[in-house]
Amino acid sequence: MNYFDKDLTSLHDDLVNKKITAEELTKQTFANMKQTDQTTQAFLNLNEDEAVRTAQEIDKAGIDPENLLSGIPVAIKDNLVTKGLTTTAASKMLENFKPIYSATAVEKLAAKQTINVGKTNMDEFAMGGSTENSAFKVTTNAWDKTKVPGGSSGGSAAAVASGQVPLALGSDTGGSIRQPASFNGVVGMKPTYGRVSRWGLIAFGSSLDEIGPITRSVKDNAVALSAIAGHDDHDLTTSTKEVPDFAAELNEKTTVKGMKIGLPKEFIGEGVDEDVKNAVLAAADKYRELGATVDEVSLPHNKYGVAAYYIIASSEASSNLQRFDGIRYGYRADDVKNLEDVYVKSRSEGFGDEVKRRIMLGTYSLSAGFYDAYFKKAAKVRTLIIRDFQKVMEDHDFIMGPVAPTVAFSIGAEISDPMTMYMNDILTIPVNLAGLPGMSIPAGFSNGMPIGLQLIGKPFDEETLYKAGYVFEQNTDFHKKTPELGGQA
Amino acid sequence: MANNISQDQVKHVAELAKLELNDKQLDYFTDQLGDIIGLFETLNEVDTTDVPVTTSVSDQLNVMREDVADNWNQKEALLANAPETENGYIKVPTIIDESED
Repeated sequence: MNYFDKDLTSLHDDLVNKKITAEELTKQTFANMKQTDQTTQAFLNLNEDEAVRTAQEIDKAGIDPENLLSGIPVAIKDNLVTKGLTTTAASKMLENFKPIYSATAVEKLAAKQTINVGKTNMDEFAMGGSTENSAFKVTTNAWDKTKVPGGSSGGSAAAVASGQVPLALGSDTGGSIRQPASFNGVVGMKPTYGRVSRWGLIAFGSSLDEIGPITRSVKDNAVALSAIAGHDDHDLTTSTKEVPDFAAELNEKTTVKGMKIGLPKEFIGEGVDEDVKNAVLAAADKYRELGATVDEVSLPHNKYGVAAYYIIASSEASSNLQRFDGIRYGYRADDVKNLEDVYVKSRSEGFGDEVKRRIMLGTYSLSAGFYDAYFKKAAKVRTLIIRDFQKVMEDHDFIMGPVAPTVAFSIGAEISDPMTMYMNDILTIPVNLAGLPGMSIPAGFSNGMPIGLQLIGKPFDEETLYKAGYVFEQNTDFHKKTPELGGQA
Repeated sequence: MANNISQDQVKHVAELAKLELNDKQLDYFTDQLGDIIGLFETLNEVDTTDVPVTTSVSDQLNVMREDVADNWNQKEALLANAPETENGYIKVPTIIDESED
């Protein structure tokens, strides 16, 4: 089974009508995955035995006709802990780590009778934008095996885009769901900060991290977010706001008529590739044609987002990653003479270069004499970035722009140049700093590579983004194109 | 170009972070960190007089909960993740290196 011509609704119908059993679906999913993953390399660890067992149990209990997710195979980014199933965050540090509990988002998906087929590749500890920082393998873009899948949720996005699974979970600290979704031509939602519990997400930047779904269609994404969202006593930053049924109002009556959309001039300015810019302008025209208004707005502090982010995210990371000390779990270096050696050698051998870079940047930003100049300054600029968004949102329903300045770049092209890699996040980072929901949807192609359109909403207003994304999808054909998987067809 | 941070400073930061760098790493990390710190410096262009800091964007503040243990009886599964154990304890090397004088 590949999922190019199927969505959750059609799969569900087949399962309910017994055209296929959950067990057959799961087995076919693995057969396809094993073949396609020889090129895509999206998975770090398959969960085959348990997945088939779970599918058999679901078949025995019967597919729930009211639950679109019942019997559906899903993939999980490897920084979400899964009980008893090796979870590495793509780091040598956690190569043999078997969690004793599952992340809340994983539990919630399982409670909806989904079937976890395996863990997807990523940049180590979610630090990076190409998945090349994985300690274990290089994932390829579904559209061109010489290109990166984006990152850090590159495995999840490539798995969905190459038809391996209909739904995968990712995490997004500075663009790590939206950018790989954009690079692979699929739908990726970073929900509002506090919408989804971070319990069991291996922490990177705790004031920025958010878990969200990657799917091939907007409606499938909406179904998945409703399933994983909500308050959790294990993460007290989660909101107590009620979780809507996001898919409920996505139908032929959904409209953008009367909606006011802001297009920040900074999002289509210098550094943004011409094809990407034109795709966004064409999308703006499409929204006008469909009855919305689009006008130019300004986010004057946007250009400082990358600097503020790399101070804040690295500071939080340097603190969060202190726990990896080679004592209670994780990698421990051999040839150690004393306890200090265990810490220093285990961390030096267990972490990759990008992780070390971030830890050092954070340690520096927080260190005596530099705290005010860096961390505190960045936290103030963050306030100004939030105010920019608030001002635009006062008289707009949502903001649109590109996800990334370019389409997917070649494997190896930017990995030795961290500054260039960091600047790729310029259009996604401010959304994390402000804690807003942001979604990537397919909106065009440049030399055969997908272009993503980013929709940014008010806090806890994912509903408007899903409606606007759904209407765009229904009136365009970009999402219908499927990759010719390199060497696999 | 990258003299925003010296090799000695990078060494110091690495020590604080319990990381050890070889000479080659020290070279390129100093260059790379210097570039990135140069980017950080651009924040000085922004007037932040009287602007408060933002450290959280959660809509929840000071949430209280009962202090109750759950999911706690998993000693064996926890110890299975430890690099070295003995008699139900996690084993670590001596704190002071006894091989040295």
